[in-house]
Order: sequence, then C-alpha cells, then structure tokens
Amino acid sequence: MAKKQLITAIINGEEREFACEPRQSLLEVLRDSLQLTGAKEGCNNGNCGACTVLLNGEPVVSCLVLAVEAEGAKIETVEGIAAGGQLQPLQQCFLEGAALQCGVCTPGFLMTTKALLERNPHPTEEEIRFQLAGNLCRCTGYDKIVRAVQAAAEGAK
Amino acid sequence: MQDFDYAAPISTNEAVRLLADPAQKAVVLAGGTDILVLLRERRRRATLVVDVKKIAELNELAMTAEGGLFLGAAVPCSRIYREATIAEKYSALTDAVKIIGGWQIQSRATVGGNLCNASPAADSIPPLAIYDAVAEIAGPSGRRQMPVAEFCSGVGKNVLARGELLVAIIFPPTPVHSGAAYQRFIPRNEMDIAVASAASYVELDDKGAIRKARIVLGAVAPTTVRATKAEEALIGQQPSDALFIKAGELAQLAASPIDDMRGTVEYRKHLCGVLTRRTLAIAVERAAANKK
Ligand SMILES: Cc1cc2nc3c(=O)[nH]c(=O)nc-3n(C[C@H](O)[C@H](O)[C@H](O)COP(=O)(O)OP(=O)(O)OC[C@H]3O[C@@H](n4cnc5c(N)ncnc54)[C@H](O)[C@@H]3O)c2cc1C
Ligand code: FES
Ligand code: FES
Repeated sequence: MAKKQLITAIINGEEREFACEPRQSLLEVLRDSLQLTGAKEGCNNGNCGACTVLLNGEPVVSCLVLAVEAEGAKIETVEGIAAGGQLQPLQQCFLEGAALQCGVCTPGFLMTTKALLERNPHPTEEEIRFQLAGNLCRCTGYDKIVRAVQAAAEGAK
Repeated sequence: MQDFDYAAPISTNEAVRLLADPAQKAVVLAGGTDILVLLRERRRRATLVVDVKKIAELNELAMTAEGGLFLGAAVPCSRIYREATIAEKYSALTDAVKIIGGWQIQSRATVGGNLCNASPAADSIPPLAIYDAVAEIAGPSGRRQMPVAEFCSGVGKNVLARGELLVAIIFPPTPVHSGAAYQRFIPRNEMDIAVASAASYVELDDKGAIRKARIVLGAVAPTTVRATKAEEALIGQQPSDALFIKAGELAQLAASPIDDMRGTVEYRKHLCGVLTRRTLAIAVERAAANKK
C-alpha cells in the first residue's frame, strides 16, 4: 500500500495536520479522520454537490479532490460557518424558509451559497439557479432553497 | 479507490520523467474531474498519479507577445471565464468554460483535461478548433506542437505518447471584425453533456461581408468535425438569416452521429443545423461589434 502522507491545511480557520493515503478523497478524510461530518456523500462522483466545501474560497466537490492535494490549502466546511453557537444569517434563512427536508443536500447548498453571496451579494433568481445547478436536492423542489437564498441576500442589504 | 502513489512535481521536466518511468503506470491529474471518477470506477488503472497543478507554466494564463493567448493546461475553467480580455477576444472559449459542469466542477476542471480526456461531447474542443489553437506538448525527447484539431484520435483517445504532457494551448491572435460563439444542446439547462454542439467563427470585411468562416461540430462523431461545405457557402456573402439557415443545412451533412438514449441520429443532425445557425448569428453580431 502507498505510504501515508502528512498533510497540513487550514480547516475552518484552524491549522490541522492529518495523515492520509494518496488514494483517499478529501471528503473521506474530512468525515472519517477529522470527524467533520457536515459534508455528505451522495454520489461520490461529482454529480450531486452534497460534499461541497470551499477550497481556497472556491466551491469544489470534495469527493473529487484527493486529500493530499489539500497541502497548504484553506478549507471551509459547514461546521465553520456558525460563529459562537449562533447560526449564520444564511443558515437561519434556510431554517425559517423550510428550505430542507431530509437535510442531506443542505451543507452543500450552504457552502455554494456562501461563495455565491460573497462574490455577488444580490444575485438574480436566474443567477442563483445557475450557480446552484451543481447541487441536487431529492426533496424540496428547489423553490424554497432559492427563496431562502434570496432572503439571505435581502437581509444583507 | 484503487491504491496509488502521488507526486506533485514543480517542473515540466520532472513531470515528464515521472510519466515516462517504465516501472510505473502513471496518469496525469489536472482538475481530477474525469480521472478521479475513472480511477474510482476502475475504468483506468494507475500506480502513480502525477498532479501537474504545481507546475508554473501549466498555470500560466496570459496574452502572448504576438497578441494571442497562452492557456496553461492546468488553468481551471473558473479562472478563464473571469478574464474580461478572454471574454472579449475568445468569446467562444468563454461560452464553453461557463457551462462545463456546475460551479464546483468549473473550480477544478481544466481545458487541458477536457481536451486530453477526448470525449466526443467535450465542450471546450469545438471552440479550440475554430480558433486554430495549437497544443504545446512536452515529452522525453523534447517539445512539439500540433493543431488541436488533430489532437484527439478517437473516443477517449489522443495522440500523446508515453511520457508526454500537454503543457498549454496556444491561440493565434483574433483580428478586428472577427467573432465567434459556442452552443450545445442538453435536455436540461445545466449539468448535462452535449447531445450536439457547434462553434462558429467569422471574419467580416470592410463591407460587412463574410471573409472567413470556420464551423466545428461536437458530439456528432468520434471526434469533432469541421463543416467545410457550410463554411464555403458563407464566403463572400452578406450575413442574413437565410444564409445562416443554408449554412445550417450544409452543416447537418457533415455530422455522422450515433443513436443513443440522449438522441437519435435524425435529432442530432437537426440540432447541428439549429446550433450552426444560432452560433453564426451570434458570431456575426460579435464580429460587427469588435472594432478594436
Ligand atoms: C459532474 C460533472 C459534470 C461535467 N460536465 C461536463 C460538461 O458539461 N462538459 C464537459 O465537456 N465536460 C464535463 N465534465 C467532464 C470534466 O469535468 C471535463 O472533461 C474537464 O474539463 C476535465 O478536466 P480536468 O482538469 O478535471 O481533467 P482530469 O480529470 O484531471 O484529466 C482528464 C484526462 O486528461 C489527462 N490529462 C489532464 N491534463 C493533462 C495534461 N496536461 N497532459 C496530459 N494528460 C492530461 C488525465 O490523465 C485524464 O486522462 C463533467 C464532469 C463531472 C464530474
Ligand atoms: S458526493 Fe461529491 S458530488 Fe456527490
Ligand atoms: S432536503 Fe433532502 S436532498 Fe435536499
């Protein structure tokens, strides 16, 4: 078996060191080694977006990133967005807008939306739908999710 | 996932040395959006994965001294579509990189990987072909260049020999009064692969007539196809809807698609006509606006 490698990355603002095999995905290491189980495994082939995290500020599907590629990178997961036990406004909007049912897709949606609103604080509905097209939801029919993102953008005005 | 070693060389020479190592079965990793899926599903085997994202020249994205574009093979799509100069001068490339997968895929996926993966439905290849882009290749016996249009040799096959690495794609300058566009047809708005696609490029003369035209179709043959008959019909003509319809009809004849769950032969041919017509109209509009 290929030797484990020691990787250092800034995860949710904290420097973390972990050992992983080259064949392990970032998703696997986040969930199994670092106990950050927010990112979910839906499809494990890049199609569903449930495993979305931010890698140096860009949303990526962590099932298609090798953990060894994260050396020196800045990673943000859903665990890092609520501060001091307080939900972030975006999370509050998903909650209040009932933008989730089973919740499996939610961490992924929250991370992509976070990146979207950072770049474009007032997206149109079309922009929201286009930018979130890589996140699939089996339950909601998407409208409530789009409304929650709009509410979060409104709140930021 | 199958077991493999990982290396992230910082120079092209080192990458080539690793790829040529007879003791290894090495594969290149750029954005990983194709290769990690293939390795996980065991449709490809590897003992060594060579990550090329740390090599400086593969990360370069800049205008060349001649006024063309140097696109490093490891530059992700999202970096390409954020460049205003590229959107202006190579708009068909921007059209394509904006629709490759969703945002998460675009953050990682590269045009180099899209080309090397050689899928008939790859969105970046028709645009590369209409711009007459050139692939710069490094290998154990030095460097070579070849037209992108000759780079793919079949479904999932390219001309790279063992140890060879795609370094960059180099675009010639685009003249004034030139314009281009790329479109594909997919059953939903985003996140699907092309049933058929077309890229069109035109150059207009002082009187607004078409001086040069290139039309390349995707997803309707094992590799991209050039619709030469349609191109010829455009030369010397004033752009008009009737002319674009005629070009679309001629373009259909160049397509030799397959029947599959995404569409029948007839449907795909029809789409070639529609997409040719539409991309020509946009290309002409962009050419007319391009006065610099
Ligand atoms: C969810 C999803 C949606 C997608 N949607 C689209 C789409 O809409 N349109 C589309 O065209 N594609 C799509 N793809 C396919 C894929 O994202 C693209 O083909 C992408 O451009 C590949 O680039 P990459 O950098 O990720 O390649 P990688 O996976 O890193 O590499 C692809 C292949 O090329 C080889 N390679 C890469 N770089 C080099 C190099 N410099 N020299 C030599 N060989 C090299 C690799 O070894 C591998 O065989 C999608 C994929 C996923 C998972
Ligand atoms: S689990 Fe990564 S995209 Fe579905
Ligand atoms: S809430 Fe169930 S998948 Fe989205």
